[in-house]
Formats: sequence, C-alpha cells, structure tokens
Amino acid sequence: MNIFDIIGPVMVGPSSSHTAGAVKIGNVCAKLMGEKIDSAEIYLHGSFAKTGKGHGTDKALVAGLIGMACDDIRIPDSFEIAKEQGFRFTFSNVDLGDAHPNSVKIVMHGISGAAVEVVAASLGGGRIEVCRLDGVSVSFSGECPTLIVHNVDQPGYITEVTSVLGDQGINIATMQLYRMHRGGEAVMVIECDDEVLPETVEILKGLEGILKVSYYSPV
Amino acid sequence: MFDSIEKICLKEEELGVPFWLLVQQDDCNETAISKEASFEKMMQMYKAMKQSALEYDSKMKSNSGLVGGEAGLLRKYLDEGQPLVGEFTGRVMELALRVAEGNACMKRIVAAPTAGSCGVVPAVFIATQEKLGLSDEKMTEALYVAAGVGEVIAARASLAGAEGGCQAEIGAASSMAAAGLVYLKGGNGRQSACAAALALKNLLGLACDPVAGLVEVPCVKRNVCGAMNAVTSAELTMAGIESRIPADEVFDAMSSIGKGMNPNIKETGTGGVAATPTGERIKASI
Repeated sequence: MNIFDIIGPVMVGPSSSHTAGAVKIGNVCAKLMGEKIDSAEIYLHGSFAKTGKGHGTDKALVAGLIGMACDDIRIPDSFEIAKEQGFRFTFSNVDLGDAHPNSVKIVMHGISGAAVEVVAASLGGGRIEVCRLDGVSVSFSGECPTLIVHNVDQPGYITEVTSVLGDQGINIATMQLYRMHRGGEAVMVIECDDEVLPETVEILKGLEGILKVSYYSPV
Repeated sequence: MFDSIEKICLKEEELGVPFWLLVQQDDCNETAISKEASFEKMMQMYKAMKQSALEYDSKMKSNSGLVGGEAGLLRKYLDEGQPLVGEFTGRVMELALRVAEGNACMKRIVAAPTAGSCGVVPAVFIATQEKLGLSDEKMTEALYVAAGVGEVIAARASLAGAEGGCQAEIGAASSMAAAGLVYLKGGNGRQSACAAALALKNLLGLACDPVAGLVEVPCVKRNVCGAMNAVTSAELTMAGIESRIPADEVFDAMSSIGKGMNPNIKETGTGGVAATPTGERIKASI
C-alpha cells in the first residue's frame, strides 16, 4: 500500500469496493478483451448481487467496460452512455460458490466474434483481483503490466518466454503457472515492472508451443 | 513503508527532518517517483477534496433515498438558528456532511482512507485552512502527516470495515485528521502521534453496521463524529495533554479488537443498527 492508496483514489462514490473497484474490474476486462466489445453478460455474486444496486455497482461495471475511469462523473449515467455507443449488456445474479463475496463473472463478446470470460473480485480500497480467465484459475491485480501466455505444457517453453523478456530488459515482478492437466494447455501469468512493447508481444506469439498471448497494461 | 509512528518520530528527532517529509521520502523510494511529482499529486488530492465539498447540492438524494439534504439543514440552523457551537465547529460539521453525502449520492470524492470515511479529513482540513488562512502547500504537507498515520494503521491493523469494523474507517480517518491538524497548528511529529492516539482511542471498537449494506446509515453522520473527535483530540494535544498509551500500541489494540469482532458488525449489514427492527424494515423496502 502506498500513500496514495491511503489518501486517494479520487473516485465517484459511494464505495471503494463496490463502486471504484467495480469500475476497475470493468477496465481490466475491457483490456483483456483486446478489441471493441459488442456485448457483455454480467453475473453478480454475493455482496455484489445483494447490495450492488444501492452502491451503483451495476453502473460502475458498465462504466468500466466502456472505458470510464473511477473518477468519471458520468458513471451514474453509464447505462445511457453505453446504449448510445451501441454496447449491449445484461445483468443477472449467480452463485459462484466460495468465490470472494464481491465477485462478478463477465462474458464479453468482441466485434470480431471472439469471446472472453473473466471472474474478478473487488478486494477493498479499490484493489481488485482477476481470479479466472477463460475458465483457468489465475491471480493478478491489474496494477502492473501483465502478460497472459497460453502454451503447451512441455519442457522449455517457460525459459523461451522469460528469455525474450530478459533480452528486452523487462524485469518480472511475479510469475504464476497453471495448467489444466499434464501435457495439456498451460497458462503463465507474468506481472512485469516495465511496459511490454507490442513488438515483444508479437515475438512471444511467434514462439513454438505458444498458443495465445494476451497483454494487459494498466496505463 | 513505515510500520511504526515511534520510528518516524525518532527519525524526525535524530535527523531534524519533519514528519511529513520523512513520509514523502519513504514513499518516493518505494514507488520510484520524484518528490516534486509526489507533492504535486498530493496537492491534487487536496484540491479534489475541496472540490468535493464545493460541489455539494442540498437537493440531491442517494439511490436509496436515505441520504440527502442534511448539510443544507445544518447550514440553515447555523445561520438562522441558535447554535451552541461556534462558526469553526459548525463549519467542520457542515463540511463532513457535504462530502460524505456527496459520496452517498455518487459524486466525486477522495477516499481518505476509504470512501465511507471520506468526509473526515476534508472537514477538518478545509475548516482549518479557512480559519487560519493557510496555503495549499501547507495543507499538502499536513496531508502527508495524515497519510503517514494511515499507512502505519494499515501496516499494524487495517483500513477496511470488513476486516476491522468502523474503527478502521471513521476511527482511522479521525486519527489521521487529528495528526494533520496538529501539524497545521505548529505541532511536531510526536504531538501529531499523540493526537492520533487520542483520536483513535475514542473510537476503538466501533462497529461497521450499515443499514441494507449501503454506505449511508450510519456512515454519513459518523463522518461528523470522526471530524469533531479529530478536532478535540488535536486541541487536547496542543494544550499539553498527553496520551498515556502510545499511538503504535493503540493501533495494535485496534487490530486485536477487529480480529475479535463478530462478523455481523464487519460490513456485512447483519448486526448493529442494521439489524434493528427499523434497519430491517428499511432494508426490506429498498
């Protein structure tokens, strides 16, 4: 926690977890989609489902998905603004089991027809965590530049990816590995101290055994 | 990041560097931003606080309809009624309501440390700036003092109602504001620490019991309590009255109380005033 987590953020109320955190989840989801979002199905869990309306959580999520920041005074009007932009969305309640009480599942459809599914939680104070991405358990905060690399679960691919980053002078802050099953599809979530250039992302995409690379930048 | 107020005070006494500057230097080292950029950002926070108080509209209502118009009523009473409190105290109360009501009505505020407690620090700071004619630079320095107290509370206890109850929100905000106010009155770091300790001691054990789970009842009016408590704690300190328990130990006590709290009074909206017959009725009607 730095001092601007204590004094700050500047945000539209009423709740850092249920409003500002919800905007941020929307922002992160939109970036993970990586293209203009055509429509989204939004599923509220736990406290988000129970007290979300009074906290404007629904308006905040939509505001985040259409690119507003958590201090945007238009957040209360996000539904109307989204409709003007042709962005379609639906809300329903869901039980995500033992997920964090402030969790939401968002299924996004991009204009190209691609779909991305995210489960994220608002942890308090405006901090968030992405918990699932396209059905795979992950954990990242959206505070740092983050690479999500899907690869074949075989020896050597992690070294390949980290070597490319090392060659580009990018320092890795945290790294997590997940896999569906041995020898199947695996996922690396790499939080970096430095921005990763689009060219570097392209190099990673071209490596043998790499199935998909998504990049999230907080800027 | 500092985890002890005592350590900051000792450093101030050893090096002769003021409390606020130690907090700034430490954060700049951690986050790798320049001290100029940090100061500019902190001043923007203070300006955003003033803006949040200025933009108040007594006609606005929260989504639930539970909150709205309170600061307008208070101002009318202060101007036209026969208040017991003087202009400064009345102004602190009014500012706390203006900012906290604005938050409940989805207006822009500065979380300090949280959105639910966003009225406390601005109320104390803005009223003091108006009364003493202080510069925005001086106010910004005092915000670093408040932030330093907040970061130590975060390190030793918590700043989330869900973890520590309202003592971690209004209590922490009040403690931060008291420390900042002492700085504005010319006090040193040790005196700021004393005011922070006095303020938080008064609010230890405070339940987080929002009706219908919303940041409205009792949150908005508790901002007035937190702000007034900060003023009295700072005044006691400036009179030379000391806290018998040091700030760090008060923060530890808050942590221990928070851990022992029943979950129904930790932001779940299931205990305290939220669980009263009227609280339940309001919840059912929303």
